[in-house]
Amino acid sequence: MNATHWATVDWSRAQFALTALYHWIFVPLTLGLSFILAIMETIYYKTGDEKWLRIEKFWMKLFGINFAIGVATGIILEFEFGTNWSNYSWFVGDIFGAPLAIEGIMAFFLESTFVAIMFFGWNKVSRKVHLWATWLTAIGTNLSALWILVANGWMQNPVGMHFNPDTMRNEMLSFANVLFNPVSVNKFVHTVFSAYTFSALFVVAVSAWYLLKKRHREQAKYSILVASAFGLLSIIGTIVTGDGSAKQVARYQPMKLAAMEGLQRGSRGAPLIAIGTPNVRKGGLLKSMADDLKGKDQLDVHIKGFEIPYGLSILAFNDPHAFVPGVKDLVYGNDKEGIPSYKERIRSGKIAINALAAYKKAKKAGNNDEAAKQLELFKAHFKDFGYGYFDENHPEALVPPVTISFFSFHTMVILGTWFLILFVWLYYALFKRKLETNKTLLRLAVISFPLGFIAQELGWVVAEAGRQPWVIQDLMPAQVAVSHIESSGVIITFFLFFVVFTALLIAEIKIMTGAIRKGFDH
Amino acid sequence: MFEAMSYHSLQVYWWILVSVIGGILVFLMLVQGGQTLFPKLAENEDQKTVLINLFGHKWEMTFTTLVVFGGALFASFPLFYSTSFGGAYWVWMIILFAFIVQAVSYEFRRRDKKVLGTRTYEFFLVLNGIIAPLLIGIAVSTFFTGSPFTVQKEALVRMGTSQSVVISRWGTAWHGLEALWNTDGAAFLWNIALGLAVFCLVRNLALLYVIRMVKDEQLVTKAKKCLRRTVPAFLVFFLTWLAGILFYNGFGVGADGKIYRAGAIYARHLMEHPVVLIILLIGVVLVLYGFYVALFRDTSRAFGWLGAGTVLAVMGILLWAGLTGSPFYPSNLDWQSSLTIANSSSSRFTLVVMSYVSLLVPFVAAYMIWAWKTLDKTKIDTAELKTEEHVY
Repeated sequence: MNATHWATVDWSRAQFALTALYHWIFVPLTLGLSFILAIMETIYYKTGDEKWLRIEKFWMKLFGINFAIGVATGIILEFEFGTNWSNYSWFVGDIFGAPLAIEGIMAFFLESTFVAIMFFGWNKVSRKVHLWATWLTAIGTNLSALWILVANGWMQNPVGMHFNPDTMRNEMLSFANVLFNPVSVNKFVHTVFSAYTFSALFVVAVSAWYLLKKRHREQAKYSILVASAFGLLSIIGTIVTGDGSAKQVARYQPMKLAAMEGLQRGSRGAPLIAIGTPNVRKGGLLKSMADDLKGKDQLDVHIKGFEIPYGLSILAFNDPHAFVPGVKDLVYGNDKEGIPSYKERIRSGKIAINALAAYKKAKKAGNNDEAAKQLELFKAHFKDFGYGYFDENHPEALVPPVTISFFSFHTMVILGTWFLILFVWLYYALFKRKLETNKTLLRLAVISFPLGFIAQELGWVVAEAGRQPWVIQDLMPAQVAVSHIESSGVIITFFLFFVVFTALLIAEIKIMTGAIRKGFDH
Repeated sequence: MFEAMSYHSLQVYWWILVSVIGGILVFLMLVQGGQTLFPKLAENEDQKTVLINLFGHKWEMTFTTLVVFGGALFASFPLFYSTSFGGAYWVWMIILFAFIVQAVSYEFRRRDKKVLGTRTYEFFLVLNGIIAPLLIGIAVSTFFTGSPFTVQKEALVRMGTSQSVVISRWGTAWHGLEALWNTDGAAFLWNIALGLAVFCLVRNLALLYVIRMVKDEQLVTKAKKCLRRTVPAFLVFFLTWLAGILFYNGFGVGADGKIYRAGAIYARHLMEHPVVLIILLIGVVLVLYGFYVALFRDTSRAFGWLGAGTVLAVMGILLWAGLTGSPFYPSNLDWQSSLTIANSSSSRFTLVVMSYVSLLVPFVAAYMIWAWKTLDKTKIDTAELKTEEHVY
């Protein structure tokens, strides 16, 4: 691979990261707010109290502003699999394409059809039908999250397929295994719960701001009542499924866990670093992170901080004496714990690739015995197929950005813990009828919304940066997945998206804050 | 049920489904056609708002259908997805960019006066209205005239050299834009003709939708007048494309599976496949009848005829490309790299799974038709918009 090729790979990565991170600014709000709207409309439908209708219509206006930009930033993601990752699209399209198509047929149509009824149907359908439309919009948006997370979960833990050497691609063997992939199921639940938490933080923050300004006090308190109940349940769900995620990462992506914890050398009874900092290398923290992205010195990151004894072994395996491998155990191997080195896996991967080439050659020449022999060899080494594209003299190329993964993971966990405290506190204050007088709590509620946004984005940084260099775990690295396009073209589209998305984000913030300033009665 | 079908039958079934979705997509692109109308028809802000809201209520259906069209192609014909999207990079990026700016423009137009401003969003709507039908039409024409790419699945086993592992490679640095000047058998002429034909078709659909759904007499009169120019324009472009393709030195799949080229091969293929011919003919006849009704009879009834004709005609064109003995995505650089429904489809197992999912399509169609009818219960005008909760 030469420098030109790497430029295309890195800019394609950057473009996908940019579009995904922008998309995820808006989507969590859509996922959770749609259910909050449905709950509010249900209360209105049951009680006939017009106050709930006014409250719902206010939040629906904000939902509409956010929904449009979520759709705008989403379309590019689906097509980028083809435009920028064309090898990937063929290599696993037989499995990966299905959830994307089902997402369209099952979820997008539901969402787009009923959102139109929700917005424009107030005077055209009965109250009951409108309520159905609002619920179906919420179900549609969440179903779309299910299918795309099934697809993403499959990339982290490819199951239910086999490689067909005749078509040179992976093919689906079990749809049930793909759908009920434990990584996908947990990822879906964790992601939507965290999105609901974020939406609840949004409603709480806006309502708290009204209370601080002594405006719309009744509507704001009722909004907080619904949102903090929703938020409390959601953050509990997020934390519980977060624990599940950590266990799955430990099982299927041990290098990602080592990077998240900054664990260089593994041990039995490994401690969990609750709060800590990696050694900042020469040039400062930003330089360390930049080096991280370039893949430099990742075997040199050491973490210092407050440790919980046995914490990591328990978190990862529910066993205080379990062995948790560190970065160096995975790169250089650990005979005692039966962990092969990356060098061995690279050699094994090369055997798989060469056997596949020999199989194709023998098949073409009509030498069936040789083809069968090579096929057996290929199958025996297929689990290391992706490693074969790396240089055995540079196994460190298989280490993800450690500093970024560590900081992202720990900041996310700390923020999640804070949100739990916040929702409990809000609920307590609400029932003690002290919410309006507790200015500190209201101010904390307002500033927690941007913190929620940070936690959301960091969650994806942990998930995606932590699994580098793999596009499909152990089977396909990014440099093999990319399209045959010039890096200059990708640079142009990267900056085009950057400028357009940033302008639209600024416009959205202006519109949102304007609508919030106008308030419930406008 | 689907397990009993042969692999080939499943591939045919999925190409038919893709063709149906394609037909519906072009019909729903009346939204794009509508977005080019307000600078021409509206004389004041109120009229502009009426037109933008008329089409704005439907934009998400078109948008979703485009996404589903892409998703269905990915799931059923992944090699097309990877070859065309990764190769014709600029064409698809321009189309996607046009849809990105469209999605926010309805919602932000009246709300964002400071950052980009109303006029910018209206410009985005017009831009999307022109670019999307034009480029999608050109892209579909390359299903007949060909594109410069090679496909080598064995590339995956090459290690260590620059970009050598890439399976699908595009032959020019223009990445799809070369369709505009491809001189292979005057291909560029036919590509541009279909692009312009699709542009005029969706504009005609939009004009008839305005005539059917808008209460403002002035707007309706202007729409009828406009129709007199865009109908002949469509006919000229579409018939030019049809004649060009019928006699094109096109691509065929031989009995040995090899791709060859021959003059007027597409005309021959069409004659050899009467079902496809009939679908295409019915579609074209309905489109022409829709125009006849629009120009000489009751214009408010013409929309249904033209709509049905559009779906069938587009479906017929896509069936013609994929099911009549030609590669549906021919390569003019390396003929043997051309994509057929047989060499580019998903595995049999995946097609079976997806076929079960396709049973949802009638339900989806049913609730979409219900929603469409519900939203179109009453004609639209400024007074009606004043009673609406959500106005674009």
